[in-house]
Amino acid sequence: MDLNSSSLKLGETATITAVNLDEIPLKLLEMGCLPGNKITLLQVAPFGDPLYFNVNDSHVAIRLETAKEISIQKEL
Amino acid sequence: MNANPIKVTLIGNPNVGKTSVFNDLTGLNQQVGNYPGITVEKKQGVCKLSDSIKAKIIDLPGTYSLNASSIDENVVIELLLNKNDEDFPDVAVVVTEVENLKRNLLLFTQIKDLEIPTILVINMADRMALKGIELDISILEKELKTKIALISSRKKIGIDHLKDLILNYKNLSTEPCLNASSIDPDYFNNLRRAFPNQLLYKLWLVITQDVNFLNLERNEIKSSFTKSHSDLKRLQQKETIKRYQFINDTLKLGQKIDSSKATDIRAKIDRVLTHKIFGYVIFFGVLMLIFQFLFDWSSIPMEFIDETFANFSSIAKQQLPAGEFTNLISEGIIPGIGGIVIFIPQIAFLFLFISVLEESGYMSRVVFLMDKIMRKFGLSGKSIVPLISGTACAIPAIMSARNIENWKERLITILVTPFTTCSARLPVYAILISLIIPEKRLFGFLSLQGLTLMALYLLGFGMAVFSAYLLNKYLKLSCKSYFVVEMPGYKIPMIKNVGLNVLEKTKAFVTGAGKIILALSVILWYLGSHGLSADFNNAEQIITQQNKSKTISAEEFENQVNAYKLENSYIGYIGKAIEPAIRPLGYDWKIGIAVVSSFAAREVFVGTLATIYSVGSHSEEETTIKNRMAAEVHPETGKKIFNFATGISLLLFYAFAMQCISTLAIVKKETNSWKWPMVQLVFMSGFAYITALIAYQILK
Repeated sequence: MDLNSSSLKLGETATITAVNLDEIPLKLLEMGCLPGNKITLLQVAPFGDPLYFNVNDSHVAIRLETAKEISIQKEL
Repeated sequence: MNANPIKVTLIGNPNVGKTSVFNDLTGLNQQVGNYPGITVEKKQGVCKLSDSIKAKIIDLPGTYSLNASSIDENVVIELLLNKNDEDFPDVAVVVTEVENLKRNLLLFTQIKDLEIPTILVINMADRMALKGIELDISILEKELKTKIALISSRKKIGIDHLKDLILNYKNLSTEPCLNASSIDPDYFNNLRRAFPNQLLYKLWLVITQDVNFLNLERNEIKSSFTKSHSDLKRLQQKETIKRYQFINDTLKLGQKIDSSKATDIRAKIDRVLTHKIFGYVIFFGVLMLIFQFLFDWSSIPMEFIDETFANFSSIAKQQLPAGEFTNLISEGIIPGIGGIVIFIPQIAFLFLFISVLEESGYMSRVVFLMDKIMRKFGLSGKSIVPLISGTACAIPAIMSARNIENWKERLITILVTPFTTCSARLPVYAILISLIIPEKRLFGFLSLQGLTLMALYLLGFGMAVFSAYLLNKYLKLSCKSYFVVEMPGYKIPMIKNVGLNVLEKTKAFVTGAGKIILALSVILWYLGSHGLSADFNNAEQIITQQNKSKTISAEEFENQVNAYKLENSYIGYIGKAIEPAIRPLGYDWKIGIAVVSSFAAREVFVGTLATIYSVGSHSEEETTIKNRMAAEVHPETGKKIFNFATGISLLLFYAFAMQCISTLAIVKKETNSWKWPMVQLVFMSGFAYITALIAYQILK
């Protein structure tokens, strides 16, 4: 099953496996949203969007549609 | 000896305390200007390094990397790529902060690739213990091929060390930290062969960005080395990964984090401030507090200023010899300057709040909280900042829309921001409301006049949101929706930073908008006190003739002369010419003049009416204008001019009309075309005219 970062639960951490380069802005890559790095869901805004993550120790909020373009693998 | 100053540029990510470092280095020796042709702020200052050597310090806009995504960031690359620029740095100071060192170093490795002598500042050293972080500076200096200044601007530590490093910048290594070209060796080798005299990383930046590159024909490189957008991005991703590998390896050697010692206050505060109920309650509370300050408590210094300038006017009139020049000073220049100074308390309070909200990190949480709601109307969470700032002045508000990444959302924000009620409309509302709304209280405590004022604010905000909704529906622009908001750690705002920011913004208001207001009051005074015809010049005789049959007091006589003069002055002619267009709205030619002249700045409305109704400036100016306005009757019908219908019609007109010339100018600058300001002008003014027309025709 293909998981993306929007399927994380609050406080849950996973590893990024791939990002869709056509949809993910360079700025986000530069903040550390890159394959191999850890991503944790910290907060969800009211109405479920945007999402507030800790990616590679950067604290950043992105919209749901962007979060869906970040594939992850949950830790077992 | 006075050697040339050392040229220093400060570069860094947003939220690393770069401005604090700049303030520490330069103190009050700083100036804020604009880069030529664009509205990006250029901050520079002077720092004394030793008895004979000074440094000229430029604070570049905050940027996450050398890959620009906004005009603010473009400024950074343009300067760093252009060796011939007069501000090209002798030494670059990259500011980072201790908690986000990993991410901050990305920009540092890019700057190092440009082979400029570079100093690394690690700021907020006072938070190291709190976060359980230990740094081995000598290892980091060796790995990063630089000199490091560990600074805490809050605790005033390390600034002298930084000054020493700047003084000795010639000893710095210019060797890059890593070899980024290994991400695609063939491609970069070809590039190197084609342009042997150019720095490889520079070439790469030119290929990937839209920057001017003066000493190299951009098309020349583009044609042979261009790649598809997605290929470029793939390479950029590889490059970023490679840089992070290097940074991670370096930090493994030079940084120790004991997370058991770290306290995470951020998560606790976040849980409250972004809570789905408390979050909104707190935000609403903060807004209420701001409005309370802006519209209630700031009236105290404002009244004081108003009275002071009125006194100045009468003193000038009494003390100076009578004549044209004295009139210019007491009726044109002093009220003109007063019209600027009176807004200082509100502007200062507003920027005080905005900079506290931003410095503390709270603004990002508001953006996070509001994004989903705002998006329904084609706006972004980031539109909140312009819409709130718009209650002070649309000009800085429109500029603050710049950090909205998505062009469509940014454009809509720019277009609807002028609907929010700016502080300049406040005096207009205040006087009109006091004329037409009775001073009653609902249920004993809710002031009817206060409620009307609030309703007008809500009307402006509602109209902004509604037109955003329309624009979103009908504007056919397809843009990738990017929304990336950094959530910085919470910090107690530093008084020095907030103070300097308020000072600078207020100064910009006084010199920028102030000039227009002053110039306009002088022009109005001239047009109102000069006329062409014999009627104007012989006003005294004509009035004497008219009053032959009855005796009137000297004061009454003078008022009649002034009114007659005004009717026959230049401004009277202009007013009469536009009267047919505004009569259906219930306005006479005097109101018409005030409406037209207030297009230069809203607050001119009251001042113009004051001039037109020939009221001398007494200390209780506001009430005298008000009384005069209340007493004004229509010469033909004998009905009151400022009746309920006209008042409502005026209020609605001011609530919706395009506010002022300066707003149009800034929209032109920010959207880079005359199309959008013209759309705004026609739509807003047309809408204002029609609603005012309907309201008057129904109510009259």
